[in-house]
Amino acid sequence: MATIFQRIGAATSLSYSIDTKTSRRSLSERKASFVVVRSDATKINTGLNRIGGRVDHLITNAVATKADTLAASTASKPGHEVLLFEALKEGLEEEMERDARVCVMGEDVGHYGGSYKVTKGLAPKFGDLRVLDTPIAENSFTGMGIGAAMTGLRPVIEGMNMGFLLLAFNQISNNCGMLHYTSGGQFKIPVVIRGPGGVGRQLGAEHSQRLESYFQSIPGIQMVACSTPYNAKGLMKAAIRSDNPVILFEHVLLYNLKETIPDEEYVLNLEEAEMVRPGQHVTILTYSRMRYHVMQAAKTLVNKGYDPEVIDIRSLKPFDLHTIGNSVKKTHRVLIVEECMRTGGIGASLTAAINENFQDYLDAPIVCLSSQDVPTPYAGTLEEWTVVQPPQIVAAVEQLCQ
Amino acid sequence: MSLSGAKIIQPLCIRYPDMPVISDQAANCNTTSTPFLGSTRTLRRIQSVSAAQRRPASAIVAVADVVKEKKLKSNKNHLLTKEEGLEVYEDMILGRVFEDMCAQMYYRGKMFGFVHLYNGQEAVSSGFIKLLKKEDSVVSTYRDHVHALSKGVPARAVMSELFGKTTGCCRGQGGSMHMFSAEHNVLGGFAFIGEGIPVATGAAFTSKYKREVLKEADCDHVTLAFFGDGTANNGQFFECLNMAALWKLPIVFVVENNLWAIGMSHLRATSDPEIWKKGPAFGMPGVHVDGMDVLKVREVAQEAIGRARRGEGPTLVECETYRFRGHSLADPDELRDPAEKARYAARDPITALKKYLIESKLASEAELKAIEKKIDEVVEDAVEFANESPVPSRSQLLENVFADPKGFGIGPDGRYRCEDPKFTQGTAQV
Repeated sequence: MATIFQRIGAATSLSYSIDTKTSRRSLSERKASFVVVRSDATKINTGLNRIGGRVDHLITNAVATKADTLAASTASKPGHEVLLFEALKEGLEEEMERDARVCVMGEDVGHYGGSYKVTKGLAPKFGDLRVLDTPIAENSFTGMGIGAAMTGLRPVIEGMNMGFLLLAFNQISNNCGMLHYTSGGQFKIPVVIRGPGGVGRQLGAEHSQRLESYFQSIPGIQMVACSTPYNAKGLMKAAIRSDNPVILFEHVLLYNLKETIPDEEYVLNLEEAEMVRPGQHVTILTYSRMRYHVMQAAKTLVNKGYDPEVIDIRSLKPFDLHTIGNSVKKTHRVLIVEECMRTGGIGASLTAAINENFQDYLDAPIVCLSSQDVPTPYAGTLEEWTVVQPPQIVAAVEQLCQ
Repeated sequence: MSLSGAKIIQPLCIRYPDMPVISDQAANCNTTSTPFLGSTRTLRRIQSVSAAQRRPASAIVAVADVVKEKKLKSNKNHLLTKEEGLEVYEDMILGRVFEDMCAQMYYRGKMFGFVHLYNGQEAVSSGFIKLLKKEDSVVSTYRDHVHALSKGVPARAVMSELFGKTTGCCRGQGGSMHMFSAEHNVLGGFAFIGEGIPVATGAAFTSKYKREVLKEADCDHVTLAFFGDGTANNGQFFECLNMAALWKLPIVFVVENNLWAIGMSHLRATSDPEIWKKGPAFGMPGVHVDGMDVLKVREVAQEAIGRARRGEGPTLVECETYRFRGHSLADPDELRDPAEKARYAARDPITALKKYLIESKLASEAELKAIEKKIDEVVEDAVEFANESPVPSRSQLLENVFADPKGFGIGPDGRYRCEDPKFTQGTAQV
C-alpha cells in the first residue's frame, strides 16, 4: 500500500498541442492557458504545460463547460489556475467551511495531507476530528462513516486507492446502498466515498483496479467519475451536497492536470454528462482518463476528415440517457471507450442501455473498447497493451464509419 | 517491525480514574496546544522480556480493578426502586410474550423468512436499554425485535413490520432482521453479523463530534452495540474496538454470549473463549457479567454507560446468556445438549426477577400479574393491528431507494426519471 505519489507526479507530465479549429466567441484575450469547448461547438486554443518530466501520451486539450451563463460570466473574471488535486481540495474545503457537519475520514488524510494531497492543509485548519486519520480498517471506517451519516454528519470517506475499498464492500453494498431502503426511508446516508483508481504507471495489478464495474450493481448509490479540474471541483461539491451516497472516482494519473477554473462558486450536476466535442459522424462515449486518449485520437480523426462527437459521461450510475440519446439520434454510430474491464464493465452496461433505448437510431452495432480482462501487468509494455490506446480508437472509428 | 525508535507525539497527561495508567507519562509529558487524538500509551522499548509478555499482566489488573470496584459499590439495599423494578419487569415480559407470539404467527404463515427470537436473553436488553435516554442509540443484529421494543418502538410497529405491512416501522421493507426507528434511535437491525458494529461506532463518533466540533456542549449521547459470541471473532469487531478505544468514543460493546452461533459452539470457534479479555487488549475495560440476572446486568450497564457519558471511553461487556429457542424458527435445535438447556431454563431471567421483586417486597404477586395481563393485551392488539394493516402498494416499490430520487437519473426524454408520473406507481422503468 505504499503511496508513490511523488513518482506519479513526476511521471504524469502532459504535453499539449495547439488546436487550430476556428474559435468563435473566445472567452478572453488570455494567452492560451486552457481550452474551453462549449456544447455549442466553440473550440479555442490550448495551453502550454509547464510540468517537466517524462512525456506521456496524455493530452489535455479539451475542457468542457456547460453552455450556460457560467462561461459567459467568467469572461470578465480571470479565474485561477489549479491542478486537479487542488481543485478537489478547493471543493472539499469550501463545503467544509459551508457546513460544519462535513468531515473527512480515511487513511493519512490528516497529518499526512492525503496520499495524493487532496486533503493537504485541511487537518491543521479544521482539526483532527474533522479530518480524521483512521487506522487501516477500510470496512470499519467506511461503516463508521455510514453510522455517522445516519446520525447527522456528512462524511467524505477516502479510500487511499479505490482498490482498497474492496475491503469495504460489505459496508458499501449492504449499508451504504441499501440501508435507506431497508429502514423505510428513515435514515439517509449522505456520504461521499472517493479515491483514486484506474491504471496508473506500472503500479501493479492490485493498485490498478477499476472498481466502478463492481459497484455499479449496488442499488441506492450514485457513481460519478471526474476527469478535469473543473468537473472535479464541481462534482466534489455536488456529491457532498447530495443526500444520496455518492462514489466519486478519481484517477491516479489525472491529479496533476492543470486548468483555469472560475473564482466564483459552482456546483455541477451529478446526473449529467459533459459534451466535450460536438460532432456529426460518430458518438464517442468515455469517462475519466480515457477522455484524453479519445481527444488525442480525435485530433488524428479530424485530420483524416472525421467529425467525432465526444461525450464524457461523467455519471457512471445512472447514465445520462438524454445527452447520450440526443447524440445517438444525431450521429447513429456509437463507440464506447473505457478503462474498465471488458466483462461486466461500465461499457457493457452502457451498451445494453443504449441498445434498449435507442436501437432504432443505430446504423451500426455499438463498438465498445475496454481494457483487456487481464490483471494489469507490471511491465510497462504489457501495461500499455491492456489499456485502450489512441490508435485503436482511431481504427475503431474508421471501421465504424465505413 | 521494530517498536524502538518509533516517533511518538507526546500526548497530554490524562489519567482515567478507573483505569491504572499502563505506563507513567507524568515525567515526560509535553503540553501541546492541540489535544492529541489517539492512544495515550507510549510504546515500550523491547528489552529482554518482550512487551507482549509483559502486557497481559497489566491488562488483567485493569479488568480486575473494574470488577473489584463494582463489588465494593454494590450496596446491601435494594438494587432498584419499585418503579424501576416494575418497568424492567414489564419490559422483559413484553420481550418474552412478543417473541412467543412471533413463533405462533410464523407457524400460522403470517411472517416469513428468517426470524430470530430472543427468548431467554431478555435480561440483557432490559438491563441495558432501560437505562438509556431517548437520544441514545442502539444497534443490534438480526436478533433485534426485543432491542427495538426495549428502546421504545411500539409493539404494533414491530409486529406490522414482521407481517410485511406498510404500517411497519420500516414500511415493511426491512423485515425481521432490519428494525430501524429514527424516532427512537434504533439504528438497525443488520443481517450480516459484525456489520452493525461500525455503524454503532459511527453513531458514537457523531456524539463526540457534536460535542467537540459542533460545540453542542451537553451532547453526551451513548451508543450501545449488541452482538453475539460469533461476532466476537469477526474482523469488524476488533477494528471497532481499536477505533473506539483510540478516540474514546461513547460506546458500549455488549456481547450477548449465548454460547452458540447457529450450530457452532463458542468453544469450538474461539481460541480464547473469554471474550471480556479482548477489551483490555485494546485499552478498554472488559467485564464479564451473568446475563441471566437482570440486576447484575443493570449494575454493570450503569457503570459502562456512565463511563461513556462522562467521555471516558468505551467498555466491552460480555453477558453470559442463553437463547431458549433455536437460532431461528427454521433451526431444529438438535445440537444443543438438553441438560445445558435445562440448566439455563432454571435460570430464566424473568422468573428470577419476579422472585426478587416479591421477596424484597418491591411488588406483589397481583401487581406482576396485572403487568402480565397488560402485556398480553398489548401484544394481542399488535397482532390485530398488523393483521388489519394494508400491504404495501406497488407505488412504494421505488420510493425509498434514494433519499434524493434524482439519483435515478435522467431519462431519454430529458426529464428526471422520478418526475415520470409512472414512477410513484412503481411501473416506471429505471
